Amino acid sequence: MNNNGYVLTFILIMTATVAVLLTGLREATKEGAARNEDIFNKRAILTAIEDKLDGSVKDMSDEDVIQVFESDMQQIVLNMEGNVVEGKKAEDINMAVERKKPEPNRMLPLYIYEGDGNKTYILSVRGSGLWDEIWGTIALENDLNTIAGAAFDHAGETPGLGAEIKDNPKFSTQFKGKKIYDDSEFVSVDVVKGGAPTGAEHAVDGISGATVTADGVEEMLYRGIQYYEPYLSQLKQSSMVMEPAQ
Amino acid sequence: MAETTVKEQEVQEKEPLFGPKERKLLTDPLNDNNPITVQVLGICSALAVTSLVYPSIVISVAVVFVTGFSALFTSLLRNYIPKQVRLIVQLVIIATLVTVVELTLKYLNYPVYKQLSVYIGLIITNCIVMGRLEAFSMANKPWRSFLDGVGNGVGYGVILIGVAIIREIFGKGTLFAGSPIELSIIGPSADYLINTATNSWFGWYSNNNLMVLPAAAMFIIGIMIWVQRSYNTKLVDVS
Repeated sequence: MNNNGYVLTFILIMTATVAVLLTGLREATKEGAARNEDIFNKRAILTAIEDKLDGSVKDMSDEDVIQVFESDMQQIVLNMEGNVVEGKKAEDINMAVERKKPEPNRMLPLYIYEGDGNKTYILSVRGSGLWDEIWGTIALENDLNTIAGAAFDHAGETPGLGAEIKDNPKFSTQFKGKKIYDDSEFVSVDVVKGGAPTGAEHAVDGISGATVTADGVEEMLYRGIQYYEPYLSQLKQSSMVMEPAQ
Repeated sequence: MAETTVKEQEVQEKEPLFGPKERKLLTDPLNDNNPITVQVLGICSALAVTSLVYPSIVISVAVVFVTGFSALFTSLLRNYIPKQVRLIVQLVIIATLVTVVELTLKYLNYPVYKQLSVYIGLIITNCIVMGRLEAFSMANKPWRSFLDGVGNGVGYGVILIGVAIIREIFGKGTLFAGSPIELSIIGPSADYLINTATNSWFGWYSNNNLMVLPAAAMFIIGIMIWVQRSYNTKLVDVS
């Protein structure tokens, strides 16, 4: 038993068996897991425009989710200058990976939902919470100013405090109807500790006990939406030009 | 000569599947030898996961599976594992099983996987698993070891779910949040069973923010240990 040769052989056989077993299991479940991940991410995006869909995202089946993306969702990838990057789909952009690149090299995913006759622009933003990263999906109406909906998620915020940005629907519904431009100046939306003044167009209430996370959301929105500015201004200008004289 | 030896040879009793000793292996860890309140193992995850009941249930099921089967495999191999690498081999068995759980969860229920991804990996470091392998599986037969593993997993799960129920109800006012059977129990709106905005008895109530933090789990477990020791006479002299 104490023989070195025996120990070595045992370890080698055990390692080989375990390696084969785990690799085999991973291969068998890889496709299913990737599909699950894809649908999970797509559901997160649909949550921001839940109002425009028939029914809630929770009740939609996986096939429904895929169907919405295939028929009603246009996918564009932008670079930091506001130009469209050809040959890429928004769903392939991993925001976590992009965030690690130096700012000028990042790519941005943009989804355009057309299922209800209007264009709703869905932006992705990512930032830092208290403990780890936070991210969000912001949907803009076709005036590119009013927020149609927002959805947030986080890597490791405290349940009941920072995690409320995701768990408490009341936080994200506040953003509906808020505007990110004050006349033509980009002001984004502030998250105010202690509560925003009633009727404020560019502010929402913060979360008690989650000031750092709420500040993180504010900063994330400001920076993240600003990245899309070059493209959004282009869109606004071209839509003004194309408006038929009536 | 040979005949006498054969007659004198004791007949090896076939051990029953669920005899009294076997049942004891399953019931001891529930109370007399509870892994968390008596053996004081596995506290770390008991603090981290228990803010909500639903994830606690999922983790408990995972721990029962991992503890049971790693105990089974360790016991099957106990006469072949070289003493020098004993702990390493146990660790590999545990890690492999946890990875199997993780891959299966990713395939079957992705949203739950996302919610629990960190905690599942932490099962590998859960002292209960390694503790039972060392204390029991290395010296006992496979079926017994399996029962011991499952029993300890269930004992752990009972405490976990108990703590989580208290923390979720008093910290968030809900039960089973995040699952298909979510119940809103007490809170300031009409969605809750007890609406503190309109109820004359509970108008003063608001969620206890301490319950949301891991420290609350420590207090609750401490109180559970105190209560258990007061009522369970067998535990009077246990240190």
